[in-house]
Amino acid sequence: MTTAALNLSGDPKRKRRERRVRTVFQAAAVFSVVVSAAIVLSLIGRAIGYLLEIDLSQLWADGWFPRRGRFDLRTIVWHTLVVSAIAMLVATPLGLGASMYLSEYASPRARRILKPIIEVLAGIPSVVLGFFALKFITPNVLSTFFPGTQQSNLLAAGIGVGILIIPLVASVSEDAMRAVPSSLREASYGLGAQKWRTSLSVVFPAALSGIVASLILGLSRAIGETMVVAIAAGATGGSLLQVNPLNGGQTMTGAMASLAIGSDQVVGEAGTFDSLFFVGLLLFFMTLGLNIMSERFVKRFRQRY
Amino acid sequence: MTVPTKTPTTKELVSASISGKKTDVVGAVVAFVLLLSIFVSLGILVTLLADMLIKGWSVFADRGFDFVTSPLSPDPARAGVSQGIFGSVILMVFVVVVAFPLGVGAAIYLEEYAQDTRLTRFIVANMRNLAGVPSIVYGLLGFAVFVQLLSGITNGRTLISGGLTLAVLVLPIMMITASEALRAVPEALRQASYGVGATKWETIRHHVLPVALPAILTGSVLTIARAFGESAPLLLAGAVLSNFFSAPAGTGFVTHVTEGDYTALPIVVFNWARQPQKEFVAITAAGIVVLLVLLLLVNGAAIYIRDRASRK
Repeated sequence: MTTAALNLSGDPKRKRRERRVRTVFQAAAVFSVVVSAAIVLSLIGRAIGYLLEIDLSQLWADGWFPRRGRFDLRTIVWHTLVVSAIAMLVATPLGLGASMYLSEYASPRARRILKPIIEVLAGIPSVVLGFFALKFITPNVLSTFFPGTQQSNLLAAGIGVGILIIPLVASVSEDAMRAVPSSLREASYGLGAQKWRTSLSVVFPAALSGIVASLILGLSRAIGETMVVAIAAGATGGSLLQVNPLNGGQTMTGAMASLAIGSDQVVGEAGTFDSLFFVGLLLFFMTLGLNIMSERFVKRFRQRY
Repeated sequence: MTVPTKTPTTKELVSASISGKKTDVVGAVVAFVLLLSIFVSLGILVTLLADMLIKGWSVFADRGFDFVTSPLSPDPARAGVSQGIFGSVILMVFVVVVAFPLGVGAAIYLEEYAQDTRLTRFIVANMRNLAGVPSIVYGLLGFAVFVQLLSGITNGRTLISGGLTLAVLVLPIMMITASEALRAVPEALRQASYGVGATKWETIRHHVLPVALPAILTGSVLTIARAFGESAPLLLAGAVLSNFFSAPAGTGFVTHVTEGDYTALPIVVFNWARQPQKEFVAITAAGIVVLLVLLLLVNGAAIYIRDRASRK
C-alpha cells in the first residue's frame, strides 16, 4: 500500500467522540462560573430588597440588634476588624517564624517531621477551635491574666481564629521563601554574611511580596471565619459597639451565624432575616478584594524569579 | 555555624572559617526564636488535643460505645452522635458524587484542552476567587438556591440541600488540586502517546489520568476531609440545630435522606458547645474527639493512597 492511498483524516466516529468528550469537560469548567454567578445573584437580589425594606438610617443605629430593626454596620465591622487584628497578631509571628525555620534552617529530615504537624493543625475544624477558645483559652488563660474577662469575648475568638490561620500563613510564605533562588543566598554568604543575616536581610526581602500575599490571604480567612467567632465571641441576640476585646461582641460572620441559627423562627422588624444577605454581600466583596490583592502580590514575585 | 551537616559544602567551609571559632550569639538566638514559633504551634495543638481528651474522657469511660450509637437527646447523659455521623457520611457521599467528577472534569478541560483564551483566563481567575469565598457565604447560596429555589427537587431542608451546598463549596478546591496533579504529568508522556496515533481523549484516558490519579485522589480525600469539618454553610442549608429530632415515621433509608430532617457531626458539636448547662461540656468534648478520630481516618486514607502510589 502506498502512502497516497491512506486516508489520514481519521475515523469519523473517533473524531465525534473526541468532540463529545471535550464538550463534557468544558461544561464542567463553565459550571464553576455558574456557581459564582449564582452566589452573586442570590446575594444581590435580597440585599437590595433588604435596603429597600428598611430605612437607611437604621444602618447607623445604636448597636446591632436585627430583631429590633437596629442594623448598625459600624458595630459588626469594627468587631470584625478587632477579631481579625488579634488573629493577625497571633498568626503573623508564629506563621512567619515557622515558615522561615522550615525553609531556611530545618534539615530535610526535620522538615519531613515538622511540616505534617503544621498541616494537622490546618485540618482541625473551626468548631473545635471555637470550643477550645470558649472552654480553654478564656477560662484557663485569659481569666488568669485579665480577671475581668467575660465568658464570651472578642480576644479569645481572635486568638482562636489566629491559631486557625497559622498553617495558611506558614505554608504560603514558606513557598515564597523556598522560591528565592539559592544564588542569592550564596552571594550573601560570599560577602561573609552569616546564616541569620542572610535569612533576614536577603531571603526575607526577596520573598516579601509572597509573604505579604500570605498575610493578606490570612486576613481574608480571618474576616470570613464564622464558627470560632460564633461560639467564643457570643453570637446570640445582638451587641452594642464596644472597644474592649475582653467583652463579647458580634462580628459580621457572628451576626450572620446568629441570624442563621434562628432562620426558621426569625420574627422581628422588617428586613431582619434579609439583613443576612446584605452582610453576606459585604463580606463577599471584602474577601474578594483581599484575595485579588494577594493574587497581585503573588504574581509580582513569580515574575521576578 | 548553626546547622552542622555531615558533608560541609564550600559555602559552609568558607563561612565557618570567616566566622572563626567564635560562637555566633545572634545566629543562635534567631534560630532559637524561629524554632520556638514552630514549637508554640505544636504546643497549642497538643494542648487542644489533651484538653478535649480530658474533658471528654468521662463520657467514654461511663458510656463507652453507647455515646457513638445514641441519637440526640435533650438529656446530656443520654445524648449521642449517631445522627450526626449518619448525616455527615451522607453529606460526604454527595460531595464525592457531585464535586469529584465536576472538579476533575473541569481540571481536565483547563489543563488539557483549553487554549489561553480570555474565557479560560476568566474561568481560572474565577476558580481562585471562589476558593477564597468565606464558607458562610456558600451557606447563603445553599439557602437561596437549594433550600428555596429548587425546593421541588431537594424538598427544602434535607440532606440533598446540605450535600449540594457542600459539594459546591469544595468544587473550586477540587479543581485546583486536580489541576496541579495534571500539571505534574510530564509532557513527554503526552507527546509519546500522540506519536503512536492516539487522540487527545485516548491520551488523557490511558496515559495522563493513570499517572495523575494518585495525586488527584489524595487531594480529593483531603478536600473531603475539609468538607467533613465544615459547619457554617450547613447552618443556613437546613441542618437541624436542636437537641432532638426524629426520622419521618415508619420510613426507609431513601425517604430519610430525601425528606427527613438532618444534622451533621460538626453541627452537633456546635449545638452542644453553646448549651449553657455544665453537663454539655463533656459530651461536646467527646463529640469533638469522635470528629477528630473520623478526620484522622480520612487523612490516614489519603496518606495511604499517596504511599502506595509512590511505592510503585
